[in-house]
Amino acid sequence: MLGDALAQVGACGLFLIAILAAIPKSLRHFKETIRQIWFVGAMSLVIIMTCGLFVGMVLGLQLYYVLSIFGGTAALGTVVSLSLYRELGPVVTALLFAGRAGTSVTAEIGLMRATDQLSAMEMMAVDPMAYVAAPRFLAGIVAMPLLACVFNALGIFGAHLVGVTWLGLDNGTFWSNMTSSVDVWKDVINGVWKSCAFGAVVALIAVFQGYTTPPTSEGVAYATTRTVVFSSIVVLALDFVMTAFLM
Amino acid sequence: MIETSKAAGPALVEVRGLRTSLGGKVIFDGIDLDIARGKITAIMGPSGTGKTTLLRHITGQLLPDAGEIRVDGRNVPTLSRNELFDLREKIGFLFQNSALLTDFSVFENIAFPLRQHLKLPEDLVRNIVLTKLQAVGLRGAAELMPSELSGGMARRVALARAIVRDPMLILYDEPFVGLDPIALNQVLRLIRTLNDTLGITSILVAHEFAAVSRVVDHVYLIAGGKIAAEGTPAELARGESPWTKQFFGGEADGPVPFHYPACDYALDLGFPAASP
Repeated sequence: MLGDALAQVGACGLFLIAILAAIPKSLRHFKETIRQIWFVGAMSLVIIMTCGLFVGMVLGLQLYYVLSIFGGTAALGTVVSLSLYRELGPVVTALLFAGRAGTSVTAEIGLMRATDQLSAMEMMAVDPMAYVAAPRFLAGIVAMPLLACVFNALGIFGAHLVGVTWLGLDNGTFWSNMTSSVDVWKDVINGVWKSCAFGAVVALIAVFQGYTTPPTSEGVAYATTRTVVFSSIVVLALDFVMTAFLM
Repeated sequence: MIETSKAAGPALVEVRGLRTSLGGKVIFDGIDLDIARGKITAIMGPSGTGKTTLLRHITGQLLPDAGEIRVDGRNVPTLSRNELFDLREKIGFLFQNSALLTDFSVFENIAFPLRQHLKLPEDLVRNIVLTKLQAVGLRGAAELMPSELSGGMARRVALARAIVRDPMLILYDEPFVGLDPIALNQVLRLIRTLNDTLGITSILVAHEFAAVSRVVDHVYLIAGGKIAAEGTPAELARGESPWTKQFFGGEADGPVPFHYPACDYALDLGFPAASP
């Protein structure tokens, strides 16, 4: 059991090296990378925006209640924005990204494997690592931070809706406290770095699972499940490690 | 009978001492064969005998346990990935299940190898693709998606894609499965015509001896991990070996067992075993 898990980790590491080696060649298929950014990024916008809005609204409501106990509701904008920029934005976006884009990438590549499309590319002297794997990996790294920014923006908007529009917190207090206490480099950019790392990890797991899945319907089903499970675990574990280093 | 090629030349593919085992089962046990340049050679044999595996060896998709596979003088198992890709640019491969790229239209599927390897003007790409589609009778289906094609149509599109770069060698893996009699006859003629007009070499894996014998120049019958018989279709049809008699006669009894190994049938049904 442990041996199998370690073998999987080792195989995934070798797969990462193969993807990195294929990236220069994949630049020849730049249009494919753009298409994948649209597919995993733009196509994920609805779920990211919706979830960001509701997460922000819940945060606004909960924190307003807690802060009001101590008479500190003026800090609502600060607390919401720091929570989103530093943790919730990158992590929740990564989990949603794994569920929405990661699974579809795994299923797509798994079906390409099952229907010999990857073998056909090999036979046409087109390297599937450069044409299929690397563009999806790059797309994950590019799309994730953009999606996290959208998630954060909608989250803050949701908290503003609840705190200011609904519960009557002063609009100027909400924004001025937020802008004065959020540091672009320490909070926003660190969150972006996290998002890039999470995007790379989720995309790697999704592509690896699809590429190595047994060419059967059951194999593809298990692979998509593994993508979500492994991505979630690795994202949360990596979040702890990165937070410890970036604090 | 479709006229067969009279051209002769040295072997384009030479296989020597090929040994392969998959999952503990011996597939090839020291096979030697030559694929003559400019000819159509059929690889035939019972199901599971390794015909597709042989094609995968020739194209470097699968490495053998031992032996040499020379294609145009190059020993395939020893080639680097880049050298293998250089070789594959000169090889067309028709997959059993067509293996069309499902995100692309018929036109884009056939244009794919051209776009990936050659910087051709769009007008020329269009003309080449339409020419190949016309050859397989599907010019009118250029804008369809693979999901809109029948199995036979998909096979013909895959054939057009395999020949789009005028390769020196084409490997057909079960090209006649799912074709209606009209399409089958057309594909047979196409295989012969392509071979003769373009001067290419073809390897055909198929079970339909009656159809195949109309176009091929040479047949290898593989069974039991060995070359069981070889020769022209006429020679094999007259063959007296138990392998050829069973395979081409379609008989259940012979050296190739019809039944997968199993325990006694009566015992399996719960009856006492019959006395010998």
